[in-house]
This record gives sequence, C-alpha cells and structure tokens, in this order.
Amino acid sequence: MIKFSEDKMKEVQAMIARYPEGKHKSALIPLLHLAQDEFGGWLSAETMDYVATLLQLESIEVYEVATFYSMFNLKPVGKHVFEVCHTGPCMLNGSDKIIEYIKKKLSISVGETTADDLFTLKTVECLGACGYAPMMQLGIHYREHLTEAKVDAIIEECRNKK
Amino acid sequence: MAKKLLLEKAHVEGIRYYDVYRREGGYAAVEKALKMDTGAVVEEVKKSGLRGRGGAGFPAGMKWSFLAKPEGVPRYLVCNADESEPGTFKDRYLMEVLPHLLIEGLIISSYALGSNITYIYIRGEYAWIVAILEQAISEAKENGFLGKNILGSGFDCEIYVQRGAGAYICGEETALIESLEGKRGNPRIKPPFPAVKGLWDCPTVVNNVETIAAVVPIMNMGGEAYSEIGVGRSTGTKLISACGNINKPGVYEIDMTISVEEFIYSEEYCGGIPNGKKLKACIPGGSSVPILPANLLLKTAKGETRYMNYESLSDGGFATGSMMGSGGFIVLDEDQCIVRNTLTLARFYRHESCGQCSPCREGTGWMEKILNKIEYGKGEMSDIDLLWDIQRKIEGNTICPLGDAAAWPVAAAIRHFRDEFEWHINNRELSQTQNYGLAHYADPIHVPEQVNA
Ligand SMILES: Cc1cc2nc3c(=O)[nH]c(=O)nc-3n(C[C@H](O)[C@H](O)[C@H](O)COP(=O)(O)O)c2cc1C
Ligand code: SF4
Ligand code: FES
Repeated sequence: MIKFSEDKMKEVQAMIARYPEGKHKSALIPLLHLAQDEFGGWLSAETMDYVATLLQLESIEVYEVATFYSMFNLKPVGKHVFEVCHTGPCMLNGSDKIIEYIKKKLSISVGETTADDLFTLKTVECLGACGYAPMMQLGIHYREHLTEAKVDAIIEECRNKK
Repeated sequence: MAKKLLLEKAHVEGIRYYDVYRREGGYAAVEKALKMDTGAVVEEVKKSGLRGRGGAGFPAGMKWSFLAKPEGVPRYLVCNADESEPGTFKDRYLMEVLPHLLIEGLIISSYALGSNITYIYIRGEYAWIVAILEQAISEAKENGFLGKNILGSGFDCEIYVQRGAGAYICGEETALIESLEGKRGNPRIKPPFPAVKGLWDCPTVVNNVETIAAVVPIMNMGGEAYSEIGVGRSTGTKLISACGNINKPGVYEIDMTISVEEFIYSEEYCGGIPNGKKLKACIPGGSSVPILPANLLLKTAKGETRYMNYESLSDGGFATGSMMGSGGFIVLDEDQCIVRNTLTLARFYRHESCGQCSPCREGTGWMEKILNKIEYGKGEMSDIDLLWDIQRKIEGNTICPLGDAAAWPVAAAIRHFRDEFEWHINNRELSQTQNYGLAHYADPIHVPEQVNA
C-alpha cells in the first residue's frame, strides 16, 4: 500500500486550500505531480487510485487526466529521463544530431530505457527554450546549448549520482 | 537604445527579490492604483491601447470591460503562463528575471477586475519558475501587498501558482480553464465566453504574462503616455523571443518602430546570421503564423519596408504577409529545408491536438504523414495538392483555433515554397543528402502566383 508521509499530506492539504470550497478537483494535476515524484517517477494504477481516494474522485476521473498530459508517465522510466526537444526551432539548431548521439551513447532508441534502468530517452515538443537550443529537460531543470561533449558530461554526472 | 518599459531593470543585481525590486521603484504602481476607483484603472488600460500579448492581440482594456459582474458571484483573473508556442520563450524570461513585475501587475489587474483569488497557470515543465514565483508571492504578502485589506484599501487578494502537465492546448483559454478545474484540456465551445462563464462557471479574464506585466508601466506613466510609444495600434513595447539561425538568440524588448531588417541584422538585436549565411525565411510570430521567404519578410509586396509591429507584419494578409502572434521570431538560414521545418511543426500540432474535432484530430495526422513521405523521398506530386486540400478543410472548421494554427504553417509553406516541395518530389534521392538552398527566396520581391483567394 502506498501512502504519502505526514509532511506530504500537509502539502496536499495546502494544495486543496488554494481553491474555493467544493472545488478540490482542481488539485488533481498538482497532486499527480506530487504522487509521480513520490512513488517512483511514474503513475501506476495503484498510485492513481490512491490520488482518487484523497480527492474523493472516481478513479476514471484520474485516469482521464493522467492520460491526457505528456508529463505523466504511465509506465516505469529510468532514474534519469532525458527529454530532448525536437520541434522546429531546436531542429534548426541541430537537435536531430544530438538525439542520434544520445541514442548511440546509451544504445537505446527513443522511448526506451537502458537495461540498468538508469536512463530513459524521450523526445518532446517545444519546451520554451528555443533560443538556447538544442536542449533537454532533466528532472526539473533544463540543460541548454547541448553539444556532444555536454551530453557526455551529463551522462557522467548522472552515473556518478547513482 | 530603444525604450524599455518591462526589461529596463532586468540587469539590476538581485531584482528577483523584493527588497531590490522595491528599492528600484517597484510596487509604486500598486500604491497608485489602489487609491483609484477600479473603473478608472480599467480606463487607463483602455487608453493605453495595450493589446493582448498572448498571440491574438485583442485590446486588453476592452476585454476587461466585457467582464460580467453579476451580484454575489466571484470573478476570477487567470494569468496565462502556459507558453508553449514553438519559438516563444519571452514569458519564461520575464518570470525568471522579474517575478515581482508580474506579481505587481497581477495585483493591479485583480483589483481592477475584482478578483480576490487569482491563479497563474504555468506550463508544467517550468517547474523551477514555480518556486521563483511562489517566493515573490510570499515576499509581496509579507510586505502587505497581498492578503487581506491590501494597503488599507479594503481589497483582499491571494495569488496561487497552478502547474500544468505538458499540453500545448492548455494555452487556449478555455482549455486552460478546464485544466485548472482538474480536467483534460479540451477547449470549450464559445459562446459563452469566459468573460461570462469561465472558471467554475464564474466570469473570468484570462491574460498573458506579458500583458499583465505591461499594466505596471501603464499605471506608472498613465495610459495616454503609454499609447504614445510605438506606432498606430501597436502601442507600447513588445517582447520578442528570437531564435533559429541568428548570432544572438534571446529575448528583446522592442518599441515596434524598428524594421524587421534592423531587428535581424543590427548588433543591438539578433546580430545577423551566423557563418556569413544568407537569410532564407522567417516565422515572425511563433510557429502558428505564416512563414515568409526573405524577400517578403524584409519588404511588403508593395515594396515598402516591413516593421516589427502588428500592422506591418500582417500587411498583405496571408497571401504575402504574416502576423505578430506571440512574438516568437524564428529565423531560417540558406541551409535549412522548408519541408523538414514544416514537418516538425506538423508533428507538433498532431501531437498537441486534443482530439475533440475530427478535422483537427485526423487532419493533423494526415498532414504529418504526407510531409513525412515527401521529406523521406517517397512523395508524389499529387501530395502537394492533397496537403493543400487538407489544410483548407481544417481551417475554420474546428472548436478552437489550434486547427487553424496547424493549417496555416502548412498553407504558407506551400504558398511560398512550392518549388522546394516539387524539387523534393522530383529529386527523391538527392533530397536525402542535399537541400534546395536559398533558391530565389531572397530575390527582389517574388510574389507567388498561387495566392490563396
Ligand atoms: C492552441 C492555442 C494555444 C495558446 N497558447 C497560449 C499561451 O501559451 N499563452 C498565452 O498567453 N496565450 C495562448 N493562447 C491564447 C489564449 O487563448 C488567450 O487568447 C490569451 O491567453 C489571452 O491573453 P491576452 O489577451 O493577454 O493575449 C493560445 C491560443 C490557442 C488557440
Ligand atoms: S481544434 Fe483541435 S485542439 Fe482545438 S478543440 Fe478541436 S481537436 Fe481540440
Ligand atoms: S523548439 Fe525546442 S525548446 Fe522550443
């Protein structure tokens, strides 16, 4: 059984308090973020059902939302998720080459996770960093002006964090 | 140096924090506004001529005056910080560097509209900016600019930051409202407009980050003085996020009197194109607006200089012009392939379609497939007409403007670069290793024959 810690429950209460009486459903997306961060980086059915009980919603209401938004992972991902942007402006600045390079370096295709569960590679659409392309999101931060050398350094940094 | 109203203090050390922001004159506009009648604040914004900076350019003061005010029903202001239009990253810069400017603008706007709970809906990926904004909000609150009875005016206001979770469509105001209510981001059918029935069915105003921030200088200098900056109906200053093949990508504040040529080539702005390459094309207002070849970008079809403002960028309509849009300025040099660029944008819209309307859901998928075929050497001549036909069938036939936004880039690419598409199809193998290049796109004004009536 999964469960938020007491501290996290306080955060949950604070989230719900941001909305008028009876409008607690609005806390769903913030809560799913919190749950994803807490329970292994993805949303299992168990996690989504738990969130549903916290907000007194039907499970289906939670599934509906979780499946709509690209930041919610519906299957397990590696410890470090490389989300590389490949939309127009990043493409103009060489994102395709960076994606190829990461694929080769990690021996995985887009959408896959390395055998040691350390890295997942995803392509994403414009992240609002077009002037600092090519770029990727790693955790809550952006890594910008990517080069092959920078990718090497990032992979090294992640391996060391293991 | 061009006049700066928003980013003037961007480089002051520590401006992200309350003490420095206040020392530099911050929150004076709140002090001024809260002494005024709410109607008078709206009047100043009307006088300023400020147009919405989120893309559509609708006059902000007018939008505010449409807000319904039924007795006993709460009203809401929601700040649109979803910023997901490819090429656009100005709101991010503003929030990262000057969070208090946005908060100050939100307090004034909330007061003017009577919103006691105001939300900032921010795209989920900007996670670190949430912390910056929340810090600014708590500092403002500690100093009496938020909370109960602000500055003794009797006005109460709280601001909360709501994170999205990755969906471009949530930038559309009714999808944003749905998402804020904890649902899928499916746009609503309008009318009713949010001004009558918005968040939790209450009257709601949705405004872009930059629009709200501009309310601060408007209060400080007065609407009249603000309206004198710029030209015609393009009043005030505009943030432009410039990217693609330029020497100095970044966010620039312009006063809308400079020419496109100056913006691209001058040292003060983009600093020209790297490696001595030539300008091929540009998408001047975010990925949804029509792409223009170099010649039609720098000069209008009439041969006049094109300027960086709403009117001049749209001069010529969709036949030979484009739009200011969100201010996402994307430059393509001579080595870029128009087919490939169009394909990545088509893929973007297919990915971001919410799926409610068949023309958008199916059409975006078809456009991506056909462009993929052409790009990877499997195209046929009839595909170009098919693409044209599909985009025509999407445009105007959907619930929300995402359908149009998906159709326009494809239409403009075919309209102005048809010969490049044809070259791809006639040179299937060669096009896998080579690009069409600059061709005639930079020649003195070449008005395409195939003009969409
Ligand atoms: C598909 C789509 C995406 C949009 N994305 C954004 C966005 O990211 N940010 C924004 O401010 N407006 C966006 N808009 C425009 C909003 O619907 C709305 O017009 C705007 O937030 C109003 O604010 P403004 O009047 O201050 O510009 C989008 C519109 C559409 C159709
Ligand atoms: S036009 Fe597209 S994004 Fe907009 S409501 Fe219809 S399907 Fe959804
Ligand atoms: S296109 Fe990659 S961040 Fe915008």
